[in-house]
Amino acid sequence: MQIRPILATLRKHRIPAILIVLEIALACAVLCNAVFMISRRVASISLPNAIDEKELISVSMHGADPTRAAADIPRNLAALQGIAGVQAAGVISSLPLSTDNWGWSFGTQPDSVLEDRSSDQNTNVSLYMMAQGTERVLGLRLRQGRFFNADEYPGSLIGSGALPSTHVTVITESLAKKLWPGQSPLGKTIYSKPAYFTVVGVVADVLRPRLFGSDGLRSYHSSFFPMGPDQALANYVLRCPPAERERILREAVQKMQALNPSAVINGNTYEAIRNRYFADTSSMAWMLVLVCAVMLAVTAVGIVGLSSFWVTQRRAQIGIRRALGATRGDILRYFQLENFLLVGIGILLGMLLAYGINLFLMAHYELPRLPMLYLPAGALALWLIGQGAVLGPAQRAAAVPPVVATRAA
Amino acid sequence: MFGYYLDLALRSLKRHRALTALMVLAIAVGIGASMTMLTVMHILSGDPVPTRSSTLFFPQVNPSPAPGERHAPFDMMDYRSATELWSAHRADRQALIASAALKLNAPGVNLPPLMAQTLSTTADFFPMFDVPFRYGDAWTAQDDAQRARVVVISDDLNNKLFGGADSVGRTLRLKGADVRIVGVLAPWRPSPLFYDVAGGRYAEGQTASFYSKPEDVFMPFNSGQDIVGHDYNVFTCWSTAQGSDLRTGPCVWVMLWVQLDSVAKVGAYRDFIAAYAQQQKALGRFVHADDTRMMSLLQWLDFNRAIPGDVRLQTWLAFAFLLICLFNTVGLLLAKFLRRSGEIGVRRALGASRGTVFAQCLVEAGVIGLLGGIGGWLLAMLGLWLVRRQPVEYADLVHLDVPMFLATFGLAIAASLLAGMLPALRASRITPALQLKTL
Repeated sequence: MQIRPILATLRKHRIPAILIVLEIALACAVLCNAVFMISRRVASISLPNAIDEKELISVSMHGADPTRAAADIPRNLAALQGIAGVQAAGVISSLPLSTDNWGWSFGTQPDSVLEDRSSDQNTNVSLYMMAQGTERVLGLRLRQGRFFNADEYPGSLIGSGALPSTHVTVITESLAKKLWPGQSPLGKTIYSKPAYFTVVGVVADVLRPRLFGSDGLRSYHSSFFPMGPDQALANYVLRCPPAERERILREAVQKMQALNPSAVINGNTYEAIRNRYFADTSSMAWMLVLVCAVMLAVTAVGIVGLSSFWVTQRRAQIGIRRALGATRGDILRYFQLENFLLVGIGILLGMLLAYGINLFLMAHYELPRLPMLYLPAGALALWLIGQGAVLGPAQRAAAVPPVVATRAA
Repeated sequence: MFGYYLDLALRSLKRHRALTALMVLAIAVGIGASMTMLTVMHILSGDPVPTRSSTLFFPQVNPSPAPGERHAPFDMMDYRSATELWSAHRADRQALIASAALKLNAPGVNLPPLMAQTLSTTADFFPMFDVPFRYGDAWTAQDDAQRARVVVISDDLNNKLFGGADSVGRTLRLKGADVRIVGVLAPWRPSPLFYDVAGGRYAEGQTASFYSKPEDVFMPFNSGQDIVGHDYNVFTCWSTAQGSDLRTGPCVWVMLWVQLDSVAKVGAYRDFIAAYAQQQKALGRFVHADDTRMMSLLQWLDFNRAIPGDVRLQTWLAFAFLLICLFNTVGLLLAKFLRRSGEIGVRRALGASRGTVFAQCLVEAGVIGLLGGIGGWLLAMLGLWLVRRQPVEYADLVHLDVPMFLATFGLAIAASLLAGMLPALRASRITPALQLKTL
């Protein structure tokens, strides 16, 4: 099949050809960027989180009398542990992805003071404060060092201050890597004058209560602190078999409400907390999928429309070619190749445009660079759609009988 | 003449039903998607206090005593700076603001206690922001001074607790303190919740929470100090001061809004806060005396990039989509007009001028635009319904208002005329002789 005659024909039908090329270019550019955005949202929805998400339920208690915390917390824990099916119970100040974030900035030098967030020397970290045994309830995975000793809990309180009054902490692997790249974090200290905390252990990456950027890395800057009976411990967590979650959740909420009639009690499975956090991300992703699908459909319809117009216009020409010995296959392949070329030019333009749009988005929306892989993938998708759309009109063209040549013109 | 063109257009559209349907569909889909997003943008970028937003200002000072390299004030103020600026009463109206989530229950109402969002503010808040009342009225400046235990509640809370009845005079228990209801708001939903906006530049585009509902309970700022204590939402702190009183602590958690009715007053207030900062530096409390700033309400919203990144992104996407649909329509219109070359040739031979043919083709494109506009309007309604079902704070705000309804048809017809321009030009250039020969 020769390309020269196709190009010659396209020169004669410049406007429709340019229209198809522009439409494909725009569709390609939008498709690449939209799919990229979808994939980033999917990646953030599926960020790993090193706690036993499926086995956890949480019962939060707010508005209780803070002066009674020392008496209430052990009593509440004992009552929750008594529910049939509960394997372990603990209490923590906040949970990953609960949006209830207590963040603080720390430096690695003894004279580090709290400064603006934009400061390079300090790292913003989320704080989780927890009662003894809660690390087992959550299923934190210890990578180095140790968890807190029993004597490190009782004296550590936060009250209305900003930081707990302990001097030990357990941090995540990502945070350790960020603070002391290539060194062992054990025994090192983080500072925020006058407070300081020595790292005694490192755990696998746990997400923060609120994600920072969708790049994932900063979202794992979490730290854990031991805490005695303090009103900051507001989230009771229970570990139980996933199958019995719903029943245990109901019983736990009832029991807590009965024990603390004046407090505001809220119960959720951990999965529900995670789903709620990502609810609008996932609905945005579905919206993008819908837009892409409709956009491709519209593009395909446009190709069908223009190709059939073309075929009608060239009926006489096709008839002559058939009369001169061209087979049906020749005609079919002619239109397919023509479409392939047009879409190809469109894709080339589209890739440049996609790259341009990406540069614009990088400048305005803190988006990273579009991975190169998306370009050939987008190209392939459009080629397939182009070929699919042109098939019908091309078959109609192939069906033009040679006798047409003898009738008109 | 127009009537005749219209008749011709309708005849021609009826003749090629499939092609017409494709074109109408392409325009409808493009218009539907772009109008959905444009409406969301329109609602999120509206003026929250249309009557007087140009007179509302947000003064800022930098109370941090650290000699670091801070180049901008915090988004909120410490208690001392805010109350000292407020007490000077240099503006036409001024309101202090601090928010907290507090346990609330209503004695005599059979509901479990709930966590309510509360706002501690001063009496000017209500007239200054045009807050509408359903029952009762705001508290007075005297109540502010006397730390009166009074509150104003939202329409939502009044419906939830009292079934919408006039609850003025009833008592609520807020974190153990008894307070008396003096006013109930009428439904009030500023978009965004401008007076609470802060920290937008750290939010990385996730600013949907700026569009949440107003607080459920409003109480006098000073009474709030007694009731709320440490439970105020703190924006940030510049050092770790353990266990100290929030009011003397190193934290920023109060906002001050002022109303300044003339340009001269705006200038005078700028000078006033600059002088205040200098004076505080002289007292040794401030280090960064030149770090004062006062933006107008709309500037402050822009500075905080209040419109969520997702929404702006979707709007771009919707317009790219409309452009694709337009290319599509250009192609299809071209196919349609050129297919009728014979007919146009006859009309030209019978004396129709190029201009006439051009106008006739444009009328046809316009009719398609109108039909596409109707389809686009229906699709936009569907799109907005989908947006309303999304789990975002602004979902309940989104609806198609009259200007946007008209814009839908305006955009549809403009788009189709634009798309029809090139095909109509080509059709009007058809040489009659060539076409007549082939008939």
